[in-house]
Amino acid sequence: MKSHVWRPAFVVLALIVLILIVRAFYVSKDFGIWERGYMYGFHRKSNEDEWKAFTVKYKSAEYCKDCHSDKYSSIMQTPHAVIQCENCHGPALDHPSDPPKLTVDKRRELCLRCHYPLPYPTSGRANIRGIDPEKHNPGIECVMCHNPHKPSLEGMK
Amino acid sequence: MITRRKFLKNTIAGIAGLALPAAGAEIVSPRKLFAARNDTISGPNVRWAFLVDTYKCVGCGLCVKACKLENEVPYDANVTRTWVERYVLTKDGRIHADSPKGARDGFTTSKIDLGEGRFHDIKKEDIDKAFFVPKLCNQCENPPCVQVCPVGATYQTADGVVLVDRKWCIGCGYCIMACPYGVRFFHPVYHVAEKCTFCYHRITKGLKTACVQACPFGARMVGNIKDPNDPVSRIIRTERVSVLKDEYGTRPQVYYLGISREVI
Repeated sequence: MKSHVWRPAFVVLALIVLILIVRAFYVSKDFGIWERGYMYGFHRKSNEDEWKAFTVKYKSAEYCKDCHSDKYSSIMQTPHAVIQCENCHGPALDHPSDPPKLTVDKRRELCLRCHYPLPYPTSGRANIRGIDPEKHNPGIECVMCHNPHKPSLEGMK
Repeated sequence: MITRRKFLKNTIAGIAGLALPAAGAEIVSPRKLFAARNDTISGPNVRWAFLVDTYKCVGCGLCVKACKLENEVPYDANVTRTWVERYVLTKDGRIHADSPKGARDGFTTSKIDLGEGRFHDIKKEDIDKAFFVPKLCNQCENPPCVQVCPVGATYQTADGVVLVDRKWCIGCGYCIMACPYGVRFFHPVYHVAEKCTFCYHRITKGLKTACVQACPFGARMVGNIKDPNDPVSRIIRTERVSVLKDEYGTRPQVYYLGISREVI
């Protein structure tokens, strides 16, 4: 056969080889079909470990209770026992080393998440006591009078 | 010359040949067999599933706050991996629904957020029923978002969680369009597809997801559906649960207690 037939064939072959070489360097070795088959499991396996290595920031009240046992045991006697420390105090991360001090969210809006009255049937919200933020001492933080660790009215400051 | 016997013989042989499926000629690859073996029925003994009890949800949004901080989703950008929707059904038959900022700050007004700074106030006596519905990635058994990915950047792990490989995602957005539940979005910092991972870094260490841990009312639960003694798996088996958009055939693995047909 004449060369004008072979020439494009060589170009195509060279391209294929080039692409395969690039692929060998660019695509990691663990890229392939994994447990969930071709349709759902086609991926780079090591990415699963990358996600597993993500930093845990919320440590739960279990992490707080050893050092802050006084606060822990007092809030456990109240209806606020269901609320995690970190919901108001912020994620613990590696406290006390990093961050050394947590910032407490003292805004009225934090309390209103639950204590703005919404009388919704078939929702637990209707059972929580609430206040009208526009009439109930507007402008000052709730913690000026109420102790969130002892929320009953006897625990008022 | 063709005889009747020969003609019938050839016809039967021809039909039999045509009936042979193309799959019969396929060479069985061990890898594919391995994949099939690890499918839903047998295979690894962990399959993460989620349960939402909408009766318990009060719409405080602490789950959304915890999720955003735990998973480093930019706090003030209007994107979130999980959110809470409010449904208010009035006596005139209308459905009012909103989820301002994905309920990151909860619901601290009775006014329904219509967007663009407009609000609709509903009187208490007009309400027929009203409730909150937390939403998150359904970690579907047949995830359409994974099927459409042209580069293999999004995938399902053996324990059923759909993840995105940030190094491989090219940001084409097909998966964002393909998800019937609208749970995917572009990450404002990494510019790749972003979604709920069921806090893969937490559940694989035996912790609860950030949203489950933050919920004061136990409205959210995460568990292993393949463990018959797991509380989540027991509730799914023994109680009347439903899933979202069942008709899409995605087989979602986030189960709901107490949603009505208005919830989509």
